[in-house]
Amino acid sequence: MDLKEKLVSSFLAFENHVDLDGYVHDVRTDAIKVFEEKGFPSKKEEDWKYTSLNSILKEDYSVFPKQENALEYKDIKKYFIHDIDTYKIIFIDGKYSSHLSQTTHDGIDVCLMSSALNKPKYQLIIENYFNKAATKDSLSSLNTAFSSEGAYIHIPKNKIVRKPIQILHFSTGNESATMLQPRNLVVVEENSHVQILERHQSLTSNPVLTNSVTEIFANKRAIVDYYKIQNDNENASLIDNTFIKQKRESLASVHTFTFGGKLTRNNLSFFQEGERIDSTLKGITIIGNKQHVDHNTLVHHIEPNCESHQDYKGIFADSSTGVFNGKVLVDKEAQKTNAFQANNNILLSDKASINTKPQLEIFADDVKCSHGCTIGQLDESAMFYMRSRGIPEKEAKALLMYAFSNNVIKSVKIPELKQRITNIIANKLGVNIGFDL
Amino acid sequence: MLKINNLHASVEGKSILKGINLEIKPGEVHALMGPNGSGKSTLASVVAGKEEYEVTDGTIIFEGEDIEELAAEERAHKGVFLSFQYPVEIPGVSVTNFMKTAINETRKAKGLKDMPAKEMLKLIREKSELLEIDRKFLSRSLNEGFSGGEKKRNEIFQMAMLEPKLAILDETDSGLDIDALRIVANGVNKLKSKDNAVIVITHYQRLLDYIVPDFVHVIYNGRIVKSGTAALAHELEEKGYDWIKDEVNA
Repeated sequence: MDLKEKLVSSFLAFENHVDLDGYVHDVRTDAIKVFEEKGFPSKKEEDWKYTSLNSILKEDYSVFPKQENALEYKDIKKYFIHDIDTYKIIFIDGKYSSHLSQTTHDGIDVCLMSSALNKPKYQLIIENYFNKAATKDSLSSLNTAFSSEGAYIHIPKNKIVRKPIQILHFSTGNESATMLQPRNLVVVEENSHVQILERHQSLTSNPVLTNSVTEIFANKRAIVDYYKIQNDNENASLIDNTFIKQKRESLASVHTFTFGGKLTRNNLSFFQEGERIDSTLKGITIIGNKQHVDHNTLVHHIEPNCESHQDYKGIFADSSTGVFNGKVLVDKEAQKTNAFQANNNILLSDKASINTKPQLEIFADDVKCSHGCTIGQLDESAMFYMRSRGIPEKEAKALLMYAFSNNVIKSVKIPELKQRITNIIANKLGVNIGFDL
Repeated sequence: MLKINNLHASVEGKSILKGINLEIKPGEVHALMGPNGSGKSTLASVVAGKEEYEVTDGTIIFEGEDIEELAAEERAHKGVFLSFQYPVEIPGVSVTNFMKTAINETRKAKGLKDMPAKEMLKLIREKSELLEIDRKFLSRSLNEGFSGGEKKRNEIFQMAMLEPKLAILDETDSGLDIDALRIVANGVNKLKSKDNAVIVITHYQRLLDYIVPDFVHVIYNGRIVKSGTAALAHELEEKGYDWIKDEVNA
């Protein structure tokens, strides 16, 4: 039985098991039909031309977590931003770990999707928001069909959440191969402000496939900053589907830092449903060996006077491969749109490759839209200049690569996170130099 | 300090240096002059260790050691410094961060610990004052958007920070107005001692009015064709290079 058949045939058992009526049940039932009809995407689809899922779909994944596994904080502390006070929503093999988490219902809700789906007091928000941003593509539908656990964050209006929220998904590798489908919902009401960090981490070399969906709603004048650290081991693959709906005058940003993983696909979509909205999509990818990273972005400008800023940097070593597919859609009504997109890449080896494809579809006639992509090597004259000052080759390369990605790091608003990203990059580049003077 | 014997070098198969002989002792200032394309900058790059240049014959002995096989950074660690004719812009790396990395990597190569932050700041303050460099300038990206004069002043600031034994100034005077020229020359003169040496590559006498050379050499067609004292530079300023070309070609 292939993975698709296995998932489809598991659905009934899953639905019985979670025992839900009403809205969510209907959504799930529709979603499994979509997945059954479409199946996993293949390279024949334009959006998947450069990314093949074949190699990761052939594993015999366990699709439901069978047992509860425990972890000690000291063993996984390094995966947290632990030097500041934060809320934490922690999952181990798809199950919530209350022991490691720090949630709250004090004025804001930082808790679990499973409770939000089950408790009547959340019903209205679930009905208003759940699956209202996600598109009906096959992978998001698959996640929707099986959605039962993940982070649920609701920030009522006029709240500035001082502590960042960390969402961490660990897989212990106690099953030979695991498929996880976390589902996160973030609703930020008028004038509120929240910062969220998300990370998926596999703790053994057993294969893991995560198909994650995150829906984010930034209501009027809300500010949402979302940071993804993707530094998993090379047996773990991640398909991240993130959808953001913004209302007028809201600011939303997603930073994606990708250094690890076997195959990582980021489907990131912004929908601007109001005027004077600002959307920011930034990313740094530094990979090697046979790793593959695909950023597939969409910014849909629906209303006038909005902005979007995209800046993705990629550094590819060894036989690694990258894809950047960035679509900007400007509706006829979306006059005075400012949309910027940049994708810059450095190839460190003859065997590394990047396919970059900016797509602008503009139906308005009074807009500023720009896009640019570059693919190059490290500047040899800069290398000699630095080495002639006593900086060894490896450190000189690292400094140049850091400098190349610096303007993305600079826009991270949490200093401890910025420091952590800097350390991961130094570690990834095999140097011990402080970049941050 | 530096002894170059019968040095031949080529780039992409094209022979540029065709038998350079030059000896420099501690405390000396040598000026290298000559028409465009004669091999002056190539000589500077070969001594500093640029990999694109292939040494096909001859030796470069620095402090008694053949440095031809050493990487550029290893030569820097031993005290060779090249002030670039065209300093490279490195966006995203501040002047301060660059110098901190350069100094600490040099210390690491010598088995020393990183320079304490306080000491580093003091050194930066002292040397930037010497070159009359504004502090704000130091937090800017290295050479990015710098004027020609700022780039050259920044080169000498780096030299002051690194305190090399042998400094090669490749057309440091080009792009400098008279005030900047005075500041740069003054900086170089203050850093001069009986233990270090300077090679000044220039087309013009005016820098040599400030940094007075002990010896002047003329490079033409990949060889040193004439050597003399400071008086030779004056003669070149007055008469140009044609008479030397005529002598060589005769």
